[in-house]
Amino acid sequence: MCLAVPVQIVEINGRQAVCAVGGTRVRAYLDLIEDAQVGDWVLVHAGFAITKVDAAEAEETWKLVGEALGNVSVPEAAGDN
Amino acid sequence: MSLCRKRLETIEALKNDIHCLAADLKHVVQLMEVCGTHSHVIGRFGIRQLLPESVRLISGPGCPVCVTTAGQVAAAVEIARRGAIVATFGDMVRVPGPTGSLADARAEGCDVRVIYSPMQSLDIAAAEAPRDVVLIAVGFETTAPGVGATVRAAAEAGIGNFSVLCLHKLIPPALSVLAADPHVRINGFICPGHVSVIVGARAYEAVARQFGIPCVVAGFEPEDILLAIRMLLAQIAEDRACVENAYGRAVSWEGNRRAQRLIAEVFEPAAAAWRGLGVIPESGLSLREPWARYDAALRLEVEWVEYPEPEGCCCGQVLRGMVSPSECPLFGSACTPSSPVGPCMVSSEGSCAAVFRYERAVAH
Repeated sequence: MCLAVPVQIVEINGRQAVCAVGGTRVRAYLDLIEDAQVGDWVLVHAGFAITKVDAAEAEETWKLVGEALGNVSVPEAAGDN
Repeated sequence: MSLCRKRLETIEALKNDIHCLAADLKHVVQLMEVCGTHSHVIGRFGIRQLLPESVRLISGPGCPVCVTTAGQVAAAVEIARRGAIVATFGDMVRVPGPTGSLADARAEGCDVRVIYSPMQSLDIAAAEAPRDVVLIAVGFETTAPGVGATVRAAAEAGIGNFSVLCLHKLIPPALSVLAADPHVRINGFICPGHVSVIVGARAYEAVARQFGIPCVVAGFEPEDILLAIRMLLAQIAEDRACVENAYGRAVSWEGNRRAQRLIAEVFEPAAAAWRGLGVIPESGLSLREPWARYDAALRLEVEWVEYPEPEGCCCGQVLRGMVSPSECPLFGSACTPSSPVGPCMVSSEGSCAAVFRYERAVAH
């Protein structure tokens, strides 16, 4: 219940946003944050965005999660063992 | 460098730092986490196996479902049996209560609906008017603002058949009780991640100062937990006791002021009964007087009855960190996730569930 993953706002309709996580969409209410913009990364808990998160950090988290799930391939630099 | 390699190196480096710091410790240190998801991550990633013997991780009352008392569960079940539609978060449904669980009530024909967001209970109320819809509001400071927003939305929309059984609890007062408990030695707190998004890292200052216990806010990756442990050990080694924030990407010192204002507008602190910890003053939330019509306890004249713990169940002591899950006589035998005796085994955030799922093989 505590766990909230970073998702990116793709659409705002009044108090609600549609957020994208991987290929899925989730809705989140924006009552708890200020100045939400399309493109912002937010943490969503129980259907509410509870904070914005740093975009770079959020993308990093999703890369980690995506790699673990086999969805994202991160190219290996030459010379890695 | 591949991401995987990078992560492994980070984890290895943190592990080595921890072992170095631990080598200078004069006694075993016990670090308590108070977040159900931290318990889960620690179990799932086998964090304990990376630590030296002198650093022990213990679980505290970080699972909001687990700290809901038997009497509070019974009140929710009673509301379902009286014919109201009960809207509840998923992991409350199977918690065994003294008069049965919400799942039992549902099997009897009562209307119990699992929701992911409190706002869904408002949709149900609108669709099912004039039937009473009661939201069982369990959760800490992470969830309370959303419930507050829901109550406000109900008022704005004039939804009259909706109310909230307010069982919210607050983490900082519980930390003070734990810190003062002579039966458990706590040398550091790993502070919850998303509660801290709301309340801010500063919420733990009083505990750190008053009890001389270092507090570090941690995120949810295994690296985050190891980093927090390292930072706690560094404080202990230097004889410091302050609050540090290791989850800066989501948590600020001040927290989410807007969410805090919303909580203050709709709720006020009240005494609350916690499974295992007893009644703690100012440790729960109740609806402020202007919102009284949304208070299910008043609206439905709920009677609060106290019940003892089930025979042999150690949930109360597990929640205080006095007993580890595997030390409970019922653990793994009479009490398993498929046939739980107490909430710590039922909830996805319960410490017994985490140990059963991830650490049993290791223990044996």
